[in-house]
Amino acid sequence: MKVPADLRYTKEHEWVRVRGSEAEVGITDFAQGELGDVVFVELPALGTRLQQMKSFGTIDAVKTVSDLFAPVSGEVSAVNTDLKDNPALINQSPYEKGWMVRIKMANPAETEALLSAEAYEKALGAHA
Amino acid sequence: MLDTTSTLKRTPFYARHVALGAKMVPFAGFQMPIQYEGIVAEHRAVRGSVGVFDVSHMGEIRLQGPGARAFANRLVTNEVDSVPDGKAVYTPMCLETGGIVDDLLVYASGEDRLLVVNAANFEKDLAWVREHAPRDVSVVDENEGTAQLAVQGPRAEDVVTRLYGDRAKNLEFYTFFEEGEGEDWTMVSRTGYTGEDGFEIYVRASRALETWDRVFEAGRPALIRPIGLGARDTLRLEMGYCLYGNDIDETTHPLEAGLGWTVRLDKAAFLGQRALVEAQRAGLARRLVGLILDGERIARQGSEVTAQGQPVGTVTSGSMGISIGKPVAMAYTRIDNAGTGTKLEVRTRGSESPASVVARPMYRGGSVRAPKPRRAT
Repeated sequence: MKVPADLRYTKEHEWVRVRGSEAEVGITDFAQGELGDVVFVELPALGTRLQQMKSFGTIDAVKTVSDLFAPVSGEVSAVNTDLKDNPALINQSPYEKGWMVRIKMANPAETEALLSAEAYEKALGAHA
Repeated sequence: MLDTTSTLKRTPFYARHVALGAKMVPFAGFQMPIQYEGIVAEHRAVRGSVGVFDVSHMGEIRLQGPGARAFANRLVTNEVDSVPDGKAVYTPMCLETGGIVDDLLVYASGEDRLLVVNAANFEKDLAWVREHAPRDVSVVDENEGTAQLAVQGPRAEDVVTRLYGDRAKNLEFYTFFEEGEGEDWTMVSRTGYTGEDGFEIYVRASRALETWDRVFEAGRPALIRPIGLGARDTLRLEMGYCLYGNDIDETTHPLEAGLGWTVRLDKAAFLGQRALVEAQRAGLARRLVGLILDGERIARQGSEVTAQGQPVGTVTSGSMGISIGKPVAMAYTRIDNAGTGTKLEVRTRGSESPASVVARPMYRGGSVRAPKPRRAT
């Protein structure tokens, strides 16, 4: 199970890649493994304003459905449209091709509250 | 008691599942594999070639003695007394109310009747059977000592023929043979829960692992794969097969569940007969229907079904129809809204997906050799 060192994480198993004032968001390798085969992702439209730790979409796997939580507040600046035709990208490449949205951050300081890779791995230890 | 890991039972194949990297989950008191490589790939493997399911959690109850045939026939709604040796029969077993205690397979093994029941219902069923058993029948709990593998898919016949020869190849759908005694006992039946041709192999637990290994060896040319409970559910759902606890239970009766073809109202007296005759006379108020949804959202158990906004039913099972390419579901709807082709809506998490009532099975591309079900009486 991969937990890239250069990303930040939430306890709800989202990852965040910070690039300047933009945050790219997806779900972790652990999360995709727990969910199983993803068959549908519902994502917000471009321009939607998100609030930190509020639900911004849902992810349907064969066996279960799960909410997606915004790791940071801001405006949706990009949506991964490839996921519409190929939601399995989330299983195959959770940290790269399976990214979900980019958020133009309203308050970049919010990222400081996110978990480091090390802290996230420690949190996962409780699941093992 | 909580389903903690320490109190969960293991099937004889547990070590194989772990070695194959299965994701194990608690199910009906057992640690069972929900998936190995992934539900979608496993589902497609069964539809396209052949897969193996550990179904050892299923419960076996043997009825023996001079009254076994007649007693079995009194317990269940289908005819299981005057059936030929070597025949398997799918049937509900009902309360006096007509509510379903369980759905099961009854194997006609000489004068014995072997009942194969759902794992989650085993203790309840055993108590129910014992409570009603007459003096001339002994009720034997064979659950612990029996292992079961389902080999399912269009290439299942190749695999099982390599292991058991023409005897297996020549089995008709819903027939079986037994060979060997004691620990060498093996039963092979042409049955399944996937909509594909397939076999279920029963052996004693002491022979379980060698049987697993022989099945995989025989299946190598067909790229046989282990299949978890996740794909078992998506496969059965595409076929509109009932899952006890979801689609049927003690509050539903077989006629409204679309199982009228398994209810022989005119046979000798059986538990639930009076209630079912009355239900038939009164006419059905609701029916279990198959649904195919437009859009991509998956209906889940409990999702509300509406007709032009008015509530008319509830989803009992829902998932992705992996071979259909659209979400599928089963739901009880009011009888007026249960006709094939009826347009309905399914509400999931605040949004609405259009859905059409489709005849079960929803998936019709399978290799199963099902004879036409007998019309409801």
